[in-house]
Amino acid sequence: MMAAQENILQVKGVTKRFGGLIAVNNVTFDLPRGQILGLIGPNGAGKTTLFNVINGVYAPTEGHVIFKGTDISGWQPYDVVKLGLARTHQIVRPLNDLTVLENVMAGACYGHEHHSLKEAQGIADEVLGFVNLSERRDMLAGSLNVAQKKRLEMARALASRPYLLLLDEVLAGLNPTEIAEMVQVVLKIREQGVTILIIEHVMHALMNVSDRVIVLDYGQLIAEGSPEEIANDPKVIEAYLGDPDLAKRLMENADGD
Amino acid sequence: MNSWKYPAFWIALLLVVIGGLLPVITGSNVLRENIFLIMLSVALASSLNILLGYAGYVSFGHIVFFGVGGYIGFYLMAVQNWSLWLAVPAGGLVAAILAWLLGLAILRLRGAYFALATIGVNEAVRTFINNFGPLGGPIGLEVNFSIYQQYGGAATMQWTTYWLAFILTIAAIVLSYAVKFSRFGLGLMAIREDEDAAMVMGVRTPNAKTMAYILSAIIPGMMGVIFFFRNSSVEPHSAFRLTRSIEMIVMVMLGGQGTVQGPLVGAALYEAIRSFLLTSPLFKDLQLAFAGLLLLLIILFVPSGVIGWLRGRYRKLWRVLE
Repeated sequence: MMAAQENILQVKGVTKRFGGLIAVNNVTFDLPRGQILGLIGPNGAGKTTLFNVINGVYAPTEGHVIFKGTDISGWQPYDVVKLGLARTHQIVRPLNDLTVLENVMAGACYGHEHHSLKEAQGIADEVLGFVNLSERRDMLAGSLNVAQKKRLEMARALASRPYLLLLDEVLAGLNPTEIAEMVQVVLKIREQGVTILIIEHVMHALMNVSDRVIVLDYGQLIAEGSPEEIANDPKVIEAYLGDPDLAKRLMENADGD
Repeated sequence: MNSWKYPAFWIALLLVVIGGLLPVITGSNVLRENIFLIMLSVALASSLNILLGYAGYVSFGHIVFFGVGGYIGFYLMAVQNWSLWLAVPAGGLVAAILAWLLGLAILRLRGAYFALATIGVNEAVRTFINNFGPLGGPIGLEVNFSIYQQYGGAATMQWTTYWLAFILTIAAIVLSYAVKFSRFGLGLMAIREDEDAAMVMGVRTPNAKTMAYILSAIIPGMMGVIFFFRNSSVEPHSAFRLTRSIEMIVMVMLGGQGTVQGPLVGAALYEAIRSFLLTSPLFKDLQLAFAGLLLLLIILFVPSGVIGWLRGRYRKLWRVLE
C-alpha cells in the first residue's frame, strides 16, 4: 500500500553540531506519505534535536531536509509550518495567559492555511472536539493539567492543517488511560491522511502505532525497520535497550495489548 | 469578529469622550490643561501597551518617539514654516521610520537586553540632538508667539491643539482595540507568551514585532509635535526625559498591561496621583520616588494591574473590562 507512495519527508545526511558536540550525525531516512514512523533512542540520542532541524528551529550543519520535494534546510520555523509541517513540543508550551480556544486559533491563523480569526475559530472548535478538549475551550491554557496541555499542544499543531506532524513525546507523563486515549487520537489523525513522525519513550504504545521505527544512538541512525525487527535487532538491544531481557519484556507487553 | 459589539470598547471610548468634553462644559482653562496632560498620557500609555502589553517587549526608552516626532515636527514648523496640519503627521511618520530602523537592529534582542537597548537608544538620540546645530543643540528650538496668529491666536490654538490631542487619544484607543482583537494581535500575544512557540506555530515574529513597534511609535510621535508646539519651545532635556518613559510603564502596569482599558485607567489614575503629590508641600519633591515605589508594589502584588485584577476576580465582566 505504502510502497507506491512518494516520500513526504526526506532527511539526507543531516548533521547538527553544537561546538564540539555532534548531536545528530549524518542521519538519512525517508518517510512515505501516510505512514507513522517511530523515532526512538536513549536520552540525549539527539531525537529532539533532529526534530528541531527538521522544522527549522536549528539549521542543519550539514545535509538536507526535503519536505514535499522542497529543500527546507535552514528555513525559519514559521516558513516551514506554512508548507504544512507542524510539531508538538516535548515540554508543552501553552500560551498560558490565552484561552484554550485562542491557543488553537493562533495555530489555525498562522499555520499552513492563512485564516481570518473567524475561520480560525471554526477550525479551532472542530480540532478541540477532535482531541476531546471542547469543554475546556474558554479556560486559560495555563490552568490545564499535563494531559490536557498535551492535547492542547496536539490541537494547536493540528489546527495548522499539516500534511506532516512531528509528535515529540506526547504520551510522556500520562497515565495508562490517558495514553490509550492519546493513541486513539494519533491513529485518528493518520486516518485523516496526515503523515506522522513520532518520538516516544512509552515503548509498547509506540510499537503498536508505528508502521516503521528508526533508532538513534549518540546522534547516529543505528537501525531501521518494522517494530518487530527493531525490538529483535541485537544492535538496538545492545546500544539502546542495554538489557536483552528488557527488550523481550517490552515486546511481550506490545503483544499483550 | 464582532468584537466591536463588546461593551468594553464603548466604555473606553465613552470615558475619553466625557473626559475630553469636560473643559467645554465647565469652560475652565485650567481643567483643559489638566485634561490635555491626561489625554497625552493615555495616548502614550496606550501606544506603549501595544508593544509592552501585547507583544511583551518592555521598552524603557519609549519617550524617544515622542521626542523625535516632536523635534522634527517643531523644526518643520519653526524653521521650514510648515503648517501644524502637515507637521503632526510628519512627526508620526518620522517616529514610525525610526521605530522601523530600530526594530531591525534591536528587536532581535529579548527580555532585559531589549529593555537596555531602548534606554541606550533614547540616550543616544538625546546626546545626538544635544550636539546637532541645525536642531538648536542643547538650547533647542523656539517659535515666536506670532506663529500662533495663523491658527487664530494663542487662545484658539490652545483649543485647536486640544481637539487634535483628543482625536489622537481616541485613535490610540481604537488602534489598541483593533490590534487586540485582530489576527495580528493574536500573533503578538503568542509572541508575548512564548516567542519560540509562536515561531513554530507560524507567526513571522520579526515582521510582527517590527509592526508592533511601529504602531506603538506613531501616535507618540504625533503627540510630541502637538505638545511642543503648544509649549512654543523644545529642548533635548524635556523631549527625551527617561523618567517620562518610566512613568509610561508605570501607567500601563498600574491599569493593566495587555488590556485596552488598562492604559486609560492607569494614565488617569497616575496623573491624578501625580498632581496630588506635586501640589502637596510634603511630597512634591518625592513624586518620582513615589512612581518607582508604585511600580515596585504593582509588580510584586498586582502584576496584572487594576483591569487585569478585576478581570481575574470577576469573570462575568470579561466583555465589559478589556
